[in-house]
Amino acid sequence: MTKTYPKASRPSLDNVSVSIEKGEFVFFIGPSGSGKSTIIKMLLHEVAPNKGRVVVNGKDVTSMRSWKRPHFRRSIGCVFQDFRLLPNRTAYENVAFALEVIGKTKAVARRVVPEVLELVGLGGKEHRYPHELSGGEQQRVAVARAFVNRPLILLADEPTGNLDPDTSIEIMRLLDRINRTGTTVVMVTHDSNIVNQMRRRVVEIESGRIVRDQARGVYG
Amino acid sequence: MRVKYVLSEVLVGLWRNVTMSIAMIITMAVSLTMLGASGLMYRQVDDMKDLYYKNIEVSIFLNQEVSEQERTELQTKLDGDPLVKDVLYVNKDEAYKRFKEMYQDAPDLVNAVKPDQLPESFRLKLNNPEQYKNIYDQYKDTAGVDEIVDQSRLLDKIFNILTSIQNIALAAAIVMAIAALLLVANTIQVAAYSKRREVAVMKLVGASNWFIQAPFVLEAVVAGLIGSLLGLVALVAAKYLLFDGSLSALQGLLSPISWGDILFIFPLMAGVGGLVSAATAWITLRFYLRV
Repeated sequence: MTKTYPKASRPSLDNVSVSIEKGEFVFFIGPSGSGKSTIIKMLLHEVAPNKGRVVVNGKDVTSMRSWKRPHFRRSIGCVFQDFRLLPNRTAYENVAFALEVIGKTKAVARRVVPEVLELVGLGGKEHRYPHELSGGEQQRVAVARAFVNRPLILLADEPTGNLDPDTSIEIMRLLDRINRTGTTVVMVTHDSNIVNQMRRRVVEIESGRIVRDQARGVYG
Repeated sequence: MRVKYVLSEVLVGLWRNVTMSIAMIITMAVSLTMLGASGLMYRQVDDMKDLYYKNIEVSIFLNQEVSEQERTELQTKLDGDPLVKDVLYVNKDEAYKRFKEMYQDAPDLVNAVKPDQLPESFRLKLNNPEQYKNIYDQYKDTAGVDEIVDQSRLLDKIFNILTSIQNIALAAAIVMAIAALLLVANTIQVAAYSKRREVAVMKLVGASNWFIQAPFVLEAVVAGLIGSLLGLVALVAAKYLLFDGSLSALQGLLSPISWGDILFIFPLMAGVGGLVSAATAWITLRFYLRV
């Protein structure tokens, strides 16, 4: 697929074709502006390609109408570099919020949220506010929020970008554990250390083109 | 739970920016009061037209020198005229009696006039008061006719004045409505900005569009409804203080405004207030949330 943003001199993604299997763990690496984030945006149906198709969960979403987007998003979890937690809500409330706004009852939240917080290793810290948590812990809350609805795909856009190396490794262990439950994990990163340690599939993008697609790759 | 969530968001939203909410509600109340007032006047003018035009007469005054034969001929003609509903002949004595009644407060004037000086006349009721012109053209040159006077000419002037007051009220309502709409748009923008993090998360996890928009739209609707309630209070106060108070001297001239009329106009005010704010809020959200 190809995506050219208006006013851009060259396409952000130039005739890129990549297929990710269910249950895979894939790194997208490459320098800033290489087009990695555009891929995430396309998977989220935030931007559409100018040419080509985007197929997610077996469904062609290229020309999906925007009113169908909310329901589509429920099958995808998202984690970002800046956590995007609500500062005036506790860890529990942040995760429960994601459930309640898609119509789940408080009773469901009471059952599911402690479970998932336990899973990400935040048992006992449910009632802390984001400013009372460390960066790593905040990212765990974000992962819990992305995962609480049991999505088929977890998109992570530089999830370790704001974290120190040790904390980053812990977050990666967490994502790995989530991957083992059968969830497809797509992660965009600059972090060579992590990529080298995980030894998973690596897709390297440069200037909008795939320059490498390696099954058990390193950052290189 | 979702209904409760949305409602509490609405109250929190109105309270978060309370000065703006008050400004929004006040302008809306003024606008809706004007709208209600012009609606009431519309009914009022209609009622008055019914009342007055029903009793309206065209008077055909006869010459002082009119002959017996001319009078009888005219009467026969009028009786047979399809435009005319009723014909009443008023002779000099009758005219004097009416004159005395009309000017009973001015005895000097009454004393100065003799029955002989007053003209005889035919008082006509028309099937359709608007057809005065035809009557005028038909009878103005008939022998013995001095002058044809149509009361509706006078009434038209009064109604023109009432209609222009009504138009002024409507224009004021529209101008205030524009101000109110801009305030609604602004309030919604501020609300959307202060909830931008929540909205971003909701969009990310796939909350439905109506769920994201409902609190904002309802915030505007609640403000519109409160505004229309205040408008109702203003109209009730206006009836109580003006019509039943200082303007009660005009009671005989203006047909009374009943409580029923005011209650009848309220759903219009509430409907316009609610719907227009909802539409404004929704359109504003299209631009500022892009959901």
